Amino acid sequence: MHELSIALSLVDLAREEAEKHGGRVCALHVRIGALAGVVPEALLASYEMASADTPLEGSRLVIEDVPVVVYCPECRAERALSSVQVFCCAECGTPTGQIQQGRELELVALELES
Amino acid sequence: MSHEPRLVEVRKNILKQNDLNARELRRRFHEAGVFVVSLVSSPGAGKTTLLEKTLAALVSRYRVAALVGDLATENDAARLARSGALVRQITTGTVCHLEAAMVQQGLDGWEMDRLDFLFVENVGNLVCPASYDLGESLRFVAVSVTEGEDKPLKYPTIFNTADVALITKVDLAEAVGFDAAAALASVQSVRPGMKVLQVSAKTGQGMDDFLQLLEGGLHAARSGAAAGVAP
Repeated sequence: MHELSIALSLVDLAREEAEKHGGRVCALHVRIGALAGVVPEALLASYEMASADTPLEGSRLVIEDVPVVVYCPECRAERALSSVQVFCCAECGTPTGQIQQGRELELVALELES
Repeated sequence: MSHEPRLVEVRKNILKQNDLNARELRRRFHEAGVFVVSLVSSPGAGKTTLLEKTLAALVSRYRVAALVGDLATENDAARLARSGALVRQITTGTVCHLEAAMVQQGLDGWEMDRLDFLFVENVGNLVCPASYDLGESLRFVAVSVTEGEDKPLKYPTIFNTADVALITKVDLAEAVGFDAAAALASVQSVRPGMKVLQVSAKTGQGMDDFLQLLEGGLHAARSGAAAGVAP
């Protein structure tokens, strides 16, 4: 359960960014890849704890799940993975570990109120 | 409406601070020519015993140090220090993984250019360490034969952050009916092309290959070549 550590980092980063732009944070938009090692539900619960007694208290955390996309050397194309247990091209079955997307752990945007 | 919230784009990694710390560590290690090897596994997969034997094998020819992560005790550091290597425990308290900043603190007072190898043993956990870069040159993920052949399928994320997989305690393989082919297939399923070594720290089986990989990595890093391992 390291989502609390991640939520604390998120609070730090969001506070830093909010200070740059000014205003009160009412929502945070984050992208979490399927290979980021983070459980979205656990992050939501942790965020509430991490943001308590900070200027971010009461803000909404909006999580976008990012699926894994690999590059298939056979098809020469990017393919969505059907399962994180099977790193194969979904079209031709060629094994591939060339991850193009899915490791994201990103604060994309803030909604600020003045 | 003057109170309509405005959307401000950020696009930054949430673990930005850890990544900056890891980058700083990697630069320090590279400048000093120290080859840094980290080990992750679930609790009880045999990281400490493997490290104990590895330190003992390397310490006569190389300058070796180890940082050992543990939630509460200093037992592992005491065990490893018997090899004569420089050893320090990082006690994480309730934190279930090592972060780059903890490695930075753990290195306090150690002169990197007096080292050839630095080993970093993570807290026993196959989930949380996956999110944290520690600045290491090579990351091993270890699973023991007693854990079952499908462990990689249960923890695909950690296998995708490690460079090499180790199957440990292979001396027990027969006793527990371990199906090596199935385990290798599981690794390849979640990480096609991943290098896998089968070792027993107890009997020494596979240890030569493991040590060769480490020495090869050190020499490659010293000669300025990329420290990555070809699949």
